[in-house]
This record gives sequence, C-alpha cells and structure tokens, in this order.
Amino acid sequence: MSNSTSNITVIEPKKGWIAIDLKELWSYRELLYFLTKRDIKVRYKQTILGGLWAIIQPFFTMVVFTLFFGRMAKMPSDGIPYPIFVYVGLLPWIYFANALSQASNSLVGSANLITKIYFPRIIIPASASLGGLLDFFIAMSVLGGMMIYYQFIPSFGILLFPLLVGLTFLCAVSVGLWLSALNVQYRDIRYVVPFLVQIWLFVSPVIYPVSMVPKKFQWLMALNPMGGVIDSFRSSLLGHRPIDWILLGISTIIILALFLSGLYYFRKMEKTFADVI
Amino acid sequence: MSETVIKVENLSKRYRIGAREGFKTFRETLVDSVKAPFKRIVDLGKPVPHAEMIWALKDVSFEVKKGEVLGIIGRNGAGKTTLLKILSRITEPTKGRIELKGKVGSLLEVGTGFHSELSGHENIYLYGAILGMDRYEITRKFDEIVAFAEVEKFVDTPVKRYSSGMHMRLAFSVAAHMEPEIMLVDEVLAVGDAVFQTKCLAKMKSITSQGRTVLFVSHNMAAVGSICQHGIVLEEGNVLFEGSIQNAINFYEGEIFHKKYLHESVSERKDRSGTGEVRLVGFHIENEDGERIDRIPNGRTVKLVFDYRTRSDRGAKNVDLGILVERENGERVFQLGTRFTGQKFHHILPKGYIVCTIKRFPLVAGRYKLGAYLQSESNPADYITALTYLDVVDGDFYGSDYQVYENETRILVDGTWSCYPLR
Repeated sequence: MSNSTSNITVIEPKKGWIAIDLKELWSYRELLYFLTKRDIKVRYKQTILGGLWAIIQPFFTMVVFTLFFGRMAKMPSDGIPYPIFVYVGLLPWIYFANALSQASNSLVGSANLITKIYFPRIIIPASASLGGLLDFFIAMSVLGGMMIYYQFIPSFGILLFPLLVGLTFLCAVSVGLWLSALNVQYRDIRYVVPFLVQIWLFVSPVIYPVSMVPKKFQWLMALNPMGGVIDSFRSSLLGHRPIDWILLGISTIIILALFLSGLYYFRKMEKTFADVI
Repeated sequence: MSETVIKVENLSKRYRIGAREGFKTFRETLVDSVKAPFKRIVDLGKPVPHAEMIWALKDVSFEVKKGEVLGIIGRNGAGKTTLLKILSRITEPTKGRIELKGKVGSLLEVGTGFHSELSGHENIYLYGAILGMDRYEITRKFDEIVAFAEVEKFVDTPVKRYSSGMHMRLAFSVAAHMEPEIMLVDEVLAVGDAVFQTKCLAKMKSITSQGRTVLFVSHNMAAVGSICQHGIVLEEGNVLFEGSIQNAINFYEGEIFHKKYLHESVSERKDRSGTGEVRLVGFHIENEDGERIDRIPNGRTVKLVFDYRTRSDRGAKNVDLGILVERENGERVFQLGTRFTGQKFHHILPKGYIVCTIKRFPLVAGRYKLGAYLQSESNPADYITALTYLDVVDGDFYGSDYQVYENETRILVDGTWSCYPLR
C-alpha cells in the first residue's frame, strides 16, 4: 500500500497452496478495520434500539431456555443457578453462530468487490467474523450484572478470558474460511449453514453441562472445538468447577487444525474466486 | 526515464464457459451419481462435460516504460478487461508471466464498495481504503476530494440520498486522488453526463501528465487519442498492433472495424440491440442511376438501401427506420428518420428493402460513421450503432469548384448569396 517504495510484483500462475503474504496482509490492515466498521455501523444505523440488540438475543434466549430446559426439563447445571449457567454458555455461542452465518456468505455477498478490486481475500471472512465481537462485549456487560446478582466472584480463571475469546474468534474464522470458500463453488452451502448451526448448538455444552455426558463419551465433547471453549468459559468466569484442561487442550488442537486446513483450502481456491463467483 | 515498469510475457488466460460454469451444487453431484452410479461417481472429480474452454488472451506480450500512457483498444470481447483484471491481480493468468514495478492502483468500475447507508464522509474513507489508500492519505486529501466532487453540503448525508450524478462524482473523485505509480483504468469515462465526462477527462489528463504510468482501456477513441501516447489493439485475445496511439486507432478502425464490418454480412452482426421484430440484413449504397457505389459524392443524389427481414411471416406494422451519421470521433452530424418525414410504413412484408434517398448529399468530404435503427409499433426492433463507414468525397456541391474542407464546415448548406444596393 503506501509503504511500497519500488517493489516488484510478479504475476504468474501458481499451483497448490501459496503461503500467506503476511507483510501484504499487514499493509491491508486498514481495509480490515474499515470493512468491519462498515458492517457494525450498517447494522445499527437507523435502528432505534441500536446496541441494545446485542443484549436482547442472549437475554431472551436465556429466559426461554431457563423456562423450558431449566425448569420444565429440570436440566442439571453443575450446582449453579440455571440462568447464569446458560447465559455464560450462550455468550460465546451466539458470537460463534452469528460469525459463522456472516462469514459463510461473506465472499459471495462481496462479489462486486472481488471481481473488481484486488486485496487479500481472507480479509472478507475475517471482517465478517470480527463484527460480532462488539456485540459479544456488549452482552458481557449484562453478565457482569448477573454475576453480582447471583453473587459470583470471578476466580483467577478470569485471566484465561482473553485466550478463550481469541480461541472462539479463531474457531469462527476457521469454519468461516471453509464455508465461505466452499460457498463460492457450491452455492447450496448457504442453506446448510443454519441447519449446521442448529445441530452444533445441541452438540455443544450450552444448554447442558459436560458433566451430564457419561464419562466415557466426554472426550467426544472435546472433538467439538466449541466444546472445550464453552466449558472453559464457564469454569473460568464463574469458578464453580476447576477448568478441564484436557478438554480445552483437545479443543484447541482441533481449532488449530481447522484453522490451518481452512487456510489451506481458502488459499488454494482463492485464485478461482473472481472467475467463479 | 525509460525504465520498464510493466513487462508482460506470453500471457494467456483461459476460461471455462458453458451452462454449468461453477455453480455445481452438492445436490446435483449426488443426483448425478444416483442416476448413473458407475459413470458419475468416476466423473465426480472431472470438469463438467458441457464445459467449453475459450482463450480470452492468447500469448500477449508487451512492455510499458515508466511515465508512458498506453491505450488498450479493441472490440467488445477482445480481452481488454481480462488483461486489466490480470494486471490488477483479480484473476490469475493461465500461462505467462508479468512483472510490475511500483504500486498499482486499478479503477475497473467506479464506486464499487460504496455502501448506501453510510454518509459521504464514511464512504470516502471506506472506498479509499478499498482502493488502497491509507487513512492519513485520505485525511490529507479529504477536502480536495469533496471539492472535486462538488458535494460539500452533503458530506454527512447517507449516500442513498444522493442523486446518481453526485454518487458517481464522489466515487470518481476518490478514485482520481489515488496516487499509484501504475494506474489501470477501464472504461470509467463511460459513466455520467456530458459535463461530468469532460471533468473526468480533464482529471485523467492531469493524472497522466504527472509522470504516472497509465494503462487506459476505452471505446471512446477521442478520449484515448487525447490522453494516450501509445496504443495496442487487441482482437480475440491477440495483440494485433502496437505503436503510436494515432496509428493504433487508425489500425483499429481500418482493419478491425471497417474491413470486418464491410465484409461481415449485416445479418450476422451481433453488436446490435432491440427486440428483433424487424432486422436489418443488408446494406449498400446506390447512386441516382441505381448503380452500387462505395463512396458518396456530396452534392449528388444518393440512395441508402437497407435490406430487412421481419421475424413474423405476417410482416410488421408501423415501422420506422432512421439513420444516424456521426463523425469518426462520435460527434453526431445528423439523424434522419421516417418519423421526421412523416413516412411511417404502416405494414411491411416479411422480406424487402427500405431506401433512403438523399438529394444533394450535404456532408463535407471525409469519413463518417453510419448507424441505423428500426422501430416497430414504437418498440426498438433493431439498433446497430455502427453499421458501417461512409466515405464521402467531393462532388462539387455548390457547383463552384471550391473545395470545402472539414474544418470549415461539416454540413454543406444549400444556400445562395445575392447583393442589393440601397438607393
């Protein structure tokens, strides 16, 4: 961008995977910022409730879940009040689910940009995944209130918080990379995503605790990348149980694998985007 | 400074075209494999059978020196936009190699990325970032950008409230303030009204005079001729000519346009629009004796004969035919239609020809472009903007043996002079 003096760019057909040019990506960081800002602004423009929407979704979901799962189905919640149990699980989940939906259609939705302007295409699913973070932090503020109400004091585990947020973002981006790239070629991916997200919710320990799953199957929970993350979110913020490091560890490895493979597939398909989209 | 900043070597680009380009769905893949399990499953990894491959660019090579302004001209589909897209790194070449020295900025479409919900201010930053400018650069040039676009009062209004003119002016203004070392511009002067286009042209000229290397694709020969120094002519993916811009334009118009268009039959021409209710299938010129002529002497009677066919066997109703004559640079000289003369054809048979007779052909000697349109029941049935060239030669319009030149007048008006004394 502006930091190029006299650089030579070579354009020629490339085969297979091309390593990400981190220097180039860094020079486009402003574009990432502006695209994310655009998505956030557009979401809130001309709305009356503005940022309040970020609270409504988790809050009312919590209310409904508490009613049906907490009260009627009598779901166990590791000894803590169900509302806060489910709310802490919902926060990263809602961020993840929204980021996924946005990211999966992000490339196709920006077809006009992709066919007319050059920039590293990874910026598009990345900015789609970033936008939801603002909502996440707004919803966190309600959590603060709830913790006071239920008299929870954050434990040392809270230091893990930035790492967990980072992992959630990475997970969203990774799956986003896969889905957005696949969606360019196979347009029905878009219809698979809502279904995928629904099933994923039930497979993750949002509504129910990991402890409810029989011990010998608990490792399966770890295979779900969001499984370890959500469980650790709870343990670290509420301190009612020790953090299950093995669960978190396995999930982290899965997330990294998803990320690297997603990156690979995305870069491999990137050169065909403008032609196929 | 004669350093080469763009080097294109044996560039080729192939596209897959056909009904199923790209949009395969999982469902289709699955259904196909169920229909003929053995064949389809084996075929899953292979390209779709209906796909055809076309070469949009074939072995293109050229070099551009620093500060040069190169015009890329050619017919629609010649590969000009594909070339720019590859140079802009939007799509990848199939074969070949390109070296670019310096920061590249491309303007393939004006206003891509503008978001209607955001204000002019926000869009300037967003669009600027998309084009590759950084925040400080945009802030530095902000006032200039707003002033050029003439939208000072509306900078904080959402862009969806802008008129289309303001929209384009703003987008172009941001783009025009890009300062890349190499600039790639595609047909962006084709937008906006005449006033805006003049402004854009002037701005383009100032950009090129700043020592930037510019590649300019356009169909507007006047613009290309005035901005560029050199030109290349593309035709069906090949570089047919490389040289000074004037020679390139002449080559394009002579070889490609003129020859092809005279030898290609009108019925096969594809660069036309309209419903097709009635179509032109042939054209020739006759003199007053009915003999075919290639060149029109001004001052004499000339007949322009248009062969037509109608789509329906019952012919067509209320048909209007008109001709548009322009100078080579696109400036219109005159139009003459049946509706001017009040001679609408109420019913025409499926096959026939329509003749336009002009007595004392009134144009000064030179080359003109002829376009023709047919309307049926007030619907545009066939419109070919550039049917052919008319070569007009001196036929002594005034009978005075005076050779009237193109810079004196274009139209020869049938008038006489007399002098009367006052007592």
